[in-house]
Amino acid sequence: MLTSIFRTIWYVLLNSFRPRATIQYPDEKVLLPPRYRGRIILSRDPDGEERCVACYLCSIACPVDCIALQATSDEHGRRYPEFFRINFSRCIFCGLCEEACPTYAIQLTPDFEMGEYERQNMVYEKEDLLISGPGKYPGYNFYRISGLEIGGKGKGEAEKEKPPVDVRGLLP
Amino acid sequence: MEAFIFPLIHAIVLLAVLMSLAAMLIWVERRLLALWQLRYGPNRVGPFGLLQVVADMIKIFTKEDWVPPFADKPVFVLAPAVIMTTALLSFAVVPFAPGAVIFDVNIALLFFLGMSSLGVYNVVLAGWASNNKYALLGGLRGAAQMISYEVFMGLSLAGVVMLAGSFNLSDIVEAQQGMWFIVPQFLGFMVFLIAGLAETHRLPFDLPEADAELVAGFHSEYSGMKFGMFFVGEYLGVILFSTMITTLFLGGWNGPFFPPIIWFAIKTFGFIAFFILLRAALPRPRYDQLMAIGWKIMLPITLVNLVATAAILLVTRV
Repeated sequence: MLTSIFRTIWYVLLNSFRPRATIQYPDEKVLLPPRYRGRIILSRDPDGEERCVACYLCSIACPVDCIALQATSDEHGRRYPEFFRINFSRCIFCGLCEEACPTYAIQLTPDFEMGEYERQNMVYEKEDLLISGPGKYPGYNFYRISGLEIGGKGKGEAEKEKPPVDVRGLLP
Repeated sequence: MEAFIFPLIHAIVLLAVLMSLAAMLIWVERRLLALWQLRYGPNRVGPFGLLQVVADMIKIFTKEDWVPPFADKPVFVLAPAVIMTTALLSFAVVPFAPGAVIFDVNIALLFFLGMSSLGVYNVVLAGWASNNKYALLGGLRGAAQMISYEVFMGLSLAGVVMLAGSFNLSDIVEAQQGMWFIVPQFLGFMVFLIAGLAETHRLPFDLPEADAELVAGFHSEYSGMKFGMFFVGEYLGVILFSTMITTLFLGGWNGPFFPPIIWFAIKTFGFIAFFILLRAALPRPRYDQLMAIGWKIMLPITLVNLVATAAILLVTRV
């Protein structure tokens, strides 16, 4: 028992010569991995259009109901959110919205420095959330891949898509 | 007249030095603990965080000084004063350098032991007057711990007294010019060190406080400067026991090259740092373990040391 006590004291004394584990935060920044779940953003596809198709899946997946949006569509029938609002004072950064999103639109980023003095400022609108780039998925464009018929792109014209089967034809 | 003026000036200077030292120890302890736990500690306010002490003082002086309505008010107010008074009075007999003693009496060691016994009252009274179950438990533990460790704290010093042939601390220091008493009285030194830890209820023997179990133990209900007094008192206790170990076992001011007061300061600060190192390194024992260590290990060791010292002195010096 005595030896273990002296050994402990000696090892703790040796700590004087070891580097300190503290990261002095405001001066030194923490190295966050790219998949860190921080501030939520809305990305754009490579053409610069909003990726979000206002399907509400993120809002449904959200366990704390912090996402609110309203769907609308433009003249080509392309859906987009009329407003998109995330209340970050509720958000728990679980990343379920990112998992639910079928178009890679909503993404979590390695940024946590979002402190505010007023609670209202924690509510982010679409213009606060939208970024100019594609985020973590550079080449992805939902409308070019999906078989959906939309302004300028007919059935069977999407990438890797075969022309539609003529159901009235007799040939297989 | 001069015989009165000199100790008065000495006392005032000592009071100022001790109070600022006790305040600075807050910073020293936090920085050293951080060093040994691979952290930085307070390093933001001023150079090396030195002004942290000033910030803490401003904070603690401007805090609301609240006395709980259910407390026993006079006793509640008295308790923090006891620890300060007893610790400060004990410094009157400590010789910092040849002749630099306020109260040079031939019962200095007994005076010190008596004052440290009176110090028990601060824990007991604080725990009792708070009228709070955690405070009471802390007070009970404090009373049992300090009284039982006092028994062999006094006995462990008997060997030193026998070797020096005096209760006067200056004489004890003079007697160590040839050899420090830590060599012939090593057991006494170890026992006194552990008893000193228990007397100042520092970690690992901080059972009266025991943050993990008793909120803050006997001073759970205290706030503001009354709370601060307990801490200043605790740091004064640490300084006091470091000076006493230096005086009794490490040859006090004796040492080559430097002036006596420098040697005294070096030894004392070494022990203060050691007290903090123990806090960083050791876990708190259980309450029954504490009592068992005291009565089943420390007391027999002390008695053996006492008898052996007496026997050797009888054989060699008659």
